[in-house]
Amino acid sequence: MSDAYAASERVPLRLRLSRRGIDGVTLLIVPSVLFVLALFIYPFLYGLALSFAPKEGGWLANYQKFFADPFYYDTIWKTLRLAVPVTIINVLLSIPIALRVRLMRHQRVLTTILVLPITLGTVLVADGLLTYLGPRGWLNRLVLDSGFSESPVHLVHNYWGVVLALVVSIFPFTFLLTLSSLTGIDPSLEGAASTLGATPRARFRYIVLPLLAPGLAINFCLSFVQAFSVFPSAVLLGDPAGTTRVISIAAYTAAFEQYDYSLASAIAMIMGLTQLAIVAGLLSSRGLFYRGSAAAAKG
Amino acid sequence: MASVSRDFRRLRLDRVSREFGALHALREVSLEVERGEFIALLGPSGCGKTTALNCLAGLLPLTGGGIWLDNARIDRLKPEARGFGMVFQNYALFPHMSVRRNVGFGLRMQKRGRAEIAEKVEAALALVRLGDQGDKLPGQLSGGQQQRVAIARAIVIEPPLVLMDEPLSNLDAKLRLEMRAEIRRIHDQVGSTTIYVTHDQDEAVSLADRVVVMRGGTVRQVGPPAELYARPAHADVAEFMGYRNLLPTRVLSSDAGTARIAIGDAELIGTVIETLPGEAALAAIRPDDLVPRADGTLAATVAAVEYRGRGFFGAARTAAGTELFFRSDARVEPGEALLLGADRNRVLIYAGAA
Amino acid sequence: MSRDEPIGARLWAVTVWATVGFFILNLFAVIASVVVNSFGTRWFNTWLPAGFTTRWYVAAWGEFQLDQVLIVTLEVVTAVVALSALFGVPAAYALARRDFPGKRLVMLLFLLPLLVPPITFGIPLATVLYRIGLAGSLYGVIVANLVPTVPFVILVMIPFVEQIDPRIEAAARVFGAGTWRLFMTVLVPLLAPGILAALLLVLVRTIAMFELTFFTSGPTSQTLVVALYYAVSAAGIRSGQSIDAMAVIYMATTLIWLLVALRFVNPTQIVGRGRTG
Repeated sequence: MSDAYAASERVPLRLRLSRRGIDGVTLLIVPSVLFVLALFIYPFLYGLALSFAPKEGGWLANYQKFFADPFYYDTIWKTLRLAVPVTIINVLLSIPIALRVRLMRHQRVLTTILVLPITLGTVLVADGLLTYLGPRGWLNRLVLDSGFSESPVHLVHNYWGVVLALVVSIFPFTFLLTLSSLTGIDPSLEGAASTLGATPRARFRYIVLPLLAPGLAINFCLSFVQAFSVFPSAVLLGDPAGTTRVISIAAYTAAFEQYDYSLASAIAMIMGLTQLAIVAGLLSSRGLFYRGSAAAAKG
Repeated sequence: MASVSRDFRRLRLDRVSREFGALHALREVSLEVERGEFIALLGPSGCGKTTALNCLAGLLPLTGGGIWLDNARIDRLKPEARGFGMVFQNYALFPHMSVRRNVGFGLRMQKRGRAEIAEKVEAALALVRLGDQGDKLPGQLSGGQQQRVAIARAIVIEPPLVLMDEPLSNLDAKLRLEMRAEIRRIHDQVGSTTIYVTHDQDEAVSLADRVVVMRGGTVRQVGPPAELYARPAHADVAEFMGYRNLLPTRVLSSDAGTARIAIGDAELIGTVIETLPGEAALAAIRPDDLVPRADGTLAATVAAVEYRGRGFFGAARTAAGTELFFRSDARVEPGEALLLGADRNRVLIYAGAA
Repeated sequence: MSRDEPIGARLWAVTVWATVGFFILNLFAVIASVVVNSFGTRWFNTWLPAGFTTRWYVAAWGEFQLDQVLIVTLEVVTAVVALSALFGVPAAYALARRDFPGKRLVMLLFLLPLLVPPITFGIPLATVLYRIGLAGSLYGVIVANLVPTVPFVILVMIPFVEQIDPRIEAAARVFGAGTWRLFMTVLVPLLAPGILAALLLVLVRTIAMFELTFFTSGPTSQTLVVALYYAVSAAGIRSGQSIDAMAVIYMATTLIWLLVALRFVNPTQIVGRGRTG
């Protein structure tokens, strides 16, 4: 009797692995995993290590340099000065518009138009705004001809140009995320609220907003991260040596103009960490919100 | 938000219509409901019963007709102005609010005082026997419990009218029976007026004072359950009410409410419900009423039979191939030849298609 | 909805639609001013240029070596599309069909390149590529662009694979199909719409991908968008008309593929989990 079971004691490795979900098919992920590890994770680690091996000075010299020299650490402030207002505008603007658009029948037309700036990319948007907002562009044509102002409005090669470029480029993204969060809220919840006497304002305040909040927090994070990474707009449409010298420009200059890859890596790390810190801060406050499904609870 | 009178006498739907483009979901539906009644809207899916309920709630505007509460016309009012309580099929409990806050939501919208709200909420929870679940979130409750919270939420605002949209359809059979009794008990205890939508004729018949059978956006018959059960007004209502045998027949002779009909070669006597324009007619017989009898005239061979505790229910075929659903107290076997018949007042005759 | 709405609510609705309209109007105006500028003769203080010409396009073609740039763009995009499909589709299949320890970690690994903006990982990536000598060449650009697109293809394809009933594959195997034949005769035809959608999205996103190409390209391996950037940043105060001609060529390239892609995908999928530029 015991002999019959003895043979089954040694389960082959292949079988044991496949029971845990690993077989030939699973191995199909290996090339992609190796690729991402080699070209995403490794460069990060390499850059991190490199940032601690500056051209001169101790292992923290790059970071010390960054935080000691206002020319460098000011870039964080300048970037935040752009990213935070832009993201707040985008998120706040997207809510009332998404509330209306979700009732529309031909949403696809609108979303296609809104996807244009994303598809065209920041470089083209920057170039377009240069022409359009420039001293001889159509906007100033209108401003001067209508008598709104005596002299042209300065919206290029300064802070405002970059703000506009960021809003044009990122708003569609923010909007689409808000719209998708909004449509995830079960409409029968608002129906129920209205039968209980809730006006549209009350429905928004007590039902929609609380259920939207977690999605908005994530939306804010994703949109903020994009805005914080601003680069071509800040160069082409802004004042890259002055008010819009953002942190990405500092990193780029260090890498490709000064050929100081160690410093550039340090700046890139600082950039990544700042984004991470703000995102982490926002997401941890998400714990205050309801985090469950926004669908009506079913039996 | 001011709401309409609590002490209304009569709710009236006057030729209510609702179109969705080319689809006529409701066609000139008229109905009167007295205060305190429990009305069931019964019909297959697509008959318009849920649309009618949504129109009553104000969630859908009418495309024709009007809704009157005594002498006030209410169909132009938004839902938040009507003050009717509604229980949704998927309960629509606010997932981010506790049971207590869910139930108290309507009272908060009415700007009642804190103490008053707390008191009424506790009373409502006690009524639905959920007094100890007040602080849970809807996601933590079972289906039956969620359903009771939905009911509590609807009645705590003491609405003149309570609307229920198939509230039991998501529950298992046993729970459904239990909750059925609860719903009627609450209706009686609170003294409300309830309009209840369902596709289950057992439910409608056991709960309602009057049943409104709908099909294709129109009202086919309104009446107390017993009347619908025993005397459906049309063949399609009969079919819906469980008259599984709907047999095409020929009228041989008719006289003062009864008629002699032929099903194939067999002759039968039945009760005429609809006026018969010609020879063609439909005979409706409940399987319960079609039994093997000595004087039975329908000869058929048993095809399948199953035991259901209170008797044997089966399907049999006549020589002509017509399928008959019957009941038998004694055991029968497939292949057995039977003579089936029914009392003349349990054979209902309707106008047939040409 | 609009029967008996109070004045306040209607005013609000109008404001909202006005904002949307304003945004769209300005968007079209921006695009239009680039197009008009590229076709104008001289344009200074007037609404429209004095006359229209196509000579700027000819000038741009020579000045910016657009023939070479377009070929490079084509090569990069083709390689990126093909390679991300080759890497991504099988990986998506494996992730959709198998549950293994560490799967969540792998999913996170594939999500990161889409969440982290291209600049943040572009600079370290470029540094590494320079160290191994790939940067500055076509291969470097292709490799860099693959980093966000392989995960993108994987994330887009997983739902498509999950939609296919695994019993179809089981049936094929019961009838004797080996894995290769299973792939070619059963899975690829069923997945074709999904693969097409994913690849079109990759195409559109890669044409517009700026930062990664910018950091890793050399003078002979610039894509159109990078060449455009260099031209604009060199120009200074006002975008020259030949530059705008190049911009229009770039726009046309992206928009043609966008229109093609829209026949197969929903506009919102282009947004995906990251951005294009």
